[in-house]
Amino acid sequence: MRIADKELGSRLILGTGKYASFELMRSCHEISATEVVTVAVRRVNLTDRSKETLLDYIDRDRFMLLPNTAACYTEDDAVRTARLGREAGLSNWVKLEVIGDEKTLFPDTEALLKATRTLVKEGFVVLPYTNDDVVVAKKLEDAGAAAVMPLGAPIGSGLGIQNPNNLLLIREAISVPMIVDAGVGTASDAAVAMELGADGVLMNTAIAEAKDPVKMADAMKRAVFAGRLAFEAGRMPRRRYASASSPLEGVVGSSSSF
Amino acid sequence: MQIRLNGEPHALPGRVTIHALLDTLGVASERVAVEVNRRILTRSEFTVVTVKDGDEVEVVTFVGGG
Repeated sequence: MRIADKELGSRLILGTGKYASFELMRSCHEISATEVVTVAVRRVNLTDRSKETLLDYIDRDRFMLLPNTAACYTEDDAVRTARLGREAGLSNWVKLEVIGDEKTLFPDTEALLKATRTLVKEGFVVLPYTNDDVVVAKKLEDAGAAAVMPLGAPIGSGLGIQNPNNLLLIREAISVPMIVDAGVGTASDAAVAMELGADGVLMNTAIAEAKDPVKMADAMKRAVFAGRLAFEAGRMPRRRYASASSPLEGVVGSSSSF
Repeated sequence: MQIRLNGEPHALPGRVTIHALLDTLGVASERVAVEVNRRILTRSEFTVVTVKDGDEVEVVTFVGGG
């Protein structure tokens, strides 16, 4: 998968949140073969400096950090957080989120578009988390987004791909990569996203909250791979009635003969 | 003198550089970004810029997220 000027060996992007331990997170990252992991930008905890930090568990030669702007509700906050993330991580990539609603964490696409334009002008590689809306996706591409990241379902919901047709429409309408971000609950959801033509999938909770996160990370790697292969292979047409796979001629006991 | 550090009041004996401030806080400077009065500093400015009374300083880093 190619995003901006970077060729990635994996179509899977993983988060770093909600893991029971940093050690477990690292094992998941390693088995998944991902090359990009998202991180959040937050105030340093100044009262407890004894804690190990997340960055001790991410080998930056192997995994590229993708700072997000999670929990930003305005264009200004998102732009400010993106700039801080760039300074902290020394990379100009950002997973841009401008949230519009606390309960659903759906994006405020109007503010998202404005923030995208601002950050693109400043030289950022902007990967906006957006709704599964083809009109907004096209506008984001026009604004200079390096990829468009529509949700499959609400963040952390694990509901799977709620509107496959919308993702198909987006994939056909834009020329930059489409990465399905949010909503995946299990491996088949990731495979569905890939079979629809997604260029990649970004997930966090589906792995972090699995009973065996490492096994699920392995499953996700295979699902993304299988889904992509199936997409490239091109599926058979759907039929409403059966179409026998075995020959109809020469059935034992039938009256017709060769 | 007093500054606001990550939203909380923080007393300092006198003017110090950002680098020195991070040092006393036990914060590794290569893993953070610093904002003084809403202006983001580049890393090379850490040893040059000093904080003065009343400054609002934000020190951020990366934490787990999706």
